[in-house]
Amino acid sequence: MSARHYEFKPYNIGRWLVWSLFALVLLVAPVVFTSSLSHTMLSQMGIAIIVCLAYNMLLGQGGMLSFGHAVYSGMGSFLAIHTLNAVGKGAFDLPVSLIPLVGGMAGLAFALLLGWVTTKKAATPFAMITLGVGELVWAMSLMFPEFFGGEGGISGNRVTGSKPFGITFGPQIQLYYLIAVYTFVCTALMFAFTRTPLGRILNAVRDNPERVEFVGYDTQKVRFFAFCISGFFAGISGGLGALNFEIVTSEVVGAARSGAYLLFVFLGGATFFFGPILGAILMVLAFVLLSELTKAWLLYLGLVFLFMVMYAPGGIASLIMMNLRVAAFGRLRTLWVSYLGLGLTFLVVLLGAGAMIEMTYHLQINAAMGDQVKYLGIPLHARGLNSWFGSLFVVLTGFGLFELMRRQFAIQWGEIQTEIEKEIKRRETA
Amino acid sequence: MSSAYALELRDLRKSFGKTEIIRGANLAVTAGERVAIIGPNGAGKSTLFNLISGRFEPTSGDVLLNGQRINGKRPFEINRLGLSRSFQITNIFPKLSVFENLRCGVLWSLGYKYTPFKFLADLDDANERADQLMEMIKLDKKRDVLGINLTYAEQRALEIGITIAGGAGVILLDEPTAGMSRSETSRFINLIKEVTVGKTLLTVEHDMGVVFGLADKIAVVVYGEVIAFDTPDAVRANARVQEAYLGSAVADAQVGGGH
Repeated sequence: MSARHYEFKPYNIGRWLVWSLFALVLLVAPVVFTSSLSHTMLSQMGIAIIVCLAYNMLLGQGGMLSFGHAVYSGMGSFLAIHTLNAVGKGAFDLPVSLIPLVGGMAGLAFALLLGWVTTKKAATPFAMITLGVGELVWAMSLMFPEFFGGEGGISGNRVTGSKPFGITFGPQIQLYYLIAVYTFVCTALMFAFTRTPLGRILNAVRDNPERVEFVGYDTQKVRFFAFCISGFFAGISGGLGALNFEIVTSEVVGAARSGAYLLFVFLGGATFFFGPILGAILMVLAFVLLSELTKAWLLYLGLVFLFMVMYAPGGIASLIMMNLRVAAFGRLRTLWVSYLGLGLTFLVVLLGAGAMIEMTYHLQINAAMGDQVKYLGIPLHARGLNSWFGSLFVVLTGFGLFELMRRQFAIQWGEIQTEIEKEIKRRETA
Repeated sequence: MSSAYALELRDLRKSFGKTEIIRGANLAVTAGERVAIIGPNGAGKSTLFNLISGRFEPTSGDVLLNGQRINGKRPFEINRLGLSRSFQITNIFPKLSVFENLRCGVLWSLGYKYTPFKFLADLDDANERADQLMEMIKLDKKRDVLGINLTYAEQRALEIGITIAGGAGVILLDEPTAGMSRSETSRFINLIKEVTVGKTLLTVEHDMGVVFGLADKIAVVVYGEVIAFDTPDAVRANARVQEAYLGSAVADAQVGGGH
């Protein structure tokens, strides 16, 4: 039997294409989006991609639900900013481009230290322990202001040390390319990890830990090693974050940060390798853009998360893959009309619900500024019966139409799936 | 300490709370023997397997694998010493393909341990072994099908495949044919015979036809004790066994039918 037989099928062209495309996107993104805001956001996306992929090593690949992974990215940030400051003071010389690695080593060190206890148990106890460790480190951040910088955090200056080829990392674009290199290399390494014995046994531990013990593996060690590797990459992300913001506050180790990792990895899709990349992009869009757009952004985010958990537990990645399958069998065109209908009716619901949410927020927060709310250019009266009644009417109409569309779509989708199954059977026998 | 036996139980006892489930079981299986363990429901057959394979720790007594004491060891340690088991309720990796299921079963025995520094695709010996196993259990056409999407009989075959994957010398099969139809069962028994050639085999079985067709020796477990351990003919003639287990007319008919 030839060795070629074992190679992953789309090895030759498909995989080269995907990775080249990824590199190309990282390369040209700042040329396409030239504003300084987009450069900031692109930098943050790179950082988020690394940490979300690292988080998914636990959640998607190992079945470990962590509520405290910000500890490892956060400690990476702190060690990185302290190292940066030490370099700035001339304590020792280290190229700024290597400081994210210091963050990675810090993440790894803390994962080694705290991981053995954390991975002692799987499933729910694991989640509880991560929550506990997260709270512990958060409490420590208040106890040791010298290290964690107290309220103001620790600030640094990334333009320091030797400047090879005149690269100072002062301009955002230079830092972006450093982040892009790290993002590409880390993504490639984490993908490679999924193709190694440890990566595969980690999947087995996710699926059925008991059986793994009966094929010769200590499940705790499998979890622990994966946890440490994940901590390392999270630390790198934290180190890049420290360089990017030049300030690290104790919120980087906090529960809110950990929760954001979980939420966006889940939204992106934990069951596919590329899911967390989508999640990371969404995270930055939500944190930077959505939060500018409305004060109630966390509420919208919560709603989206809720719907995703209920209707598409595989996240956006699985939605994409399911539709790609339908497309591969040439059935996607029959669904366009339904998608359009679903999208439009959903927008109607969102329009009405958004109006009500914004009016409520206005009453709670900006009441002193009068009752007038500008909502998508429409003046609403936050205490007016008409505004409320109108919004409610829009919501109910939209919801009724949406539900009709959804039912029809569910039937249509089911039919297409059975047809595809039949087609697969037919091809198998042929 | 050396011993001629592949597997030996010495006055093995296990209590859950105040209830003693295994009450001084003794058994000595020679290497290469096929042993069927029979006994009424609740006699402690599965518990015995759980004690041997490290799922439970014995309250007292000893389990010896090739002369080495293994009681108190963890399941993965016992597995590494050359004992592998299957489960009564199908226990596979549902979201991995047939091939991946089997490859997970062979990795440790080929010395790859926990390495993140090698690519699975380059492990020619592991891949060849997994392919070989897939042919042995006749699932080579289902290479890329997820465990969860297999039929019940296929899942049972995969269960056996994972069990023998690591090349253990002592194989425990806990009701391998549970829930199968007659025709499936007889096919499956042939499969088990094929894949366990040269190995020491212990199997818990309810179907008397299977028992007398498969086993060199039969161990009868009643109330947590091994009351007889002998060739099928001798066991059938054993007065204590007849009284305790095979005494009923139904059992007689089953024995006759399987002969």
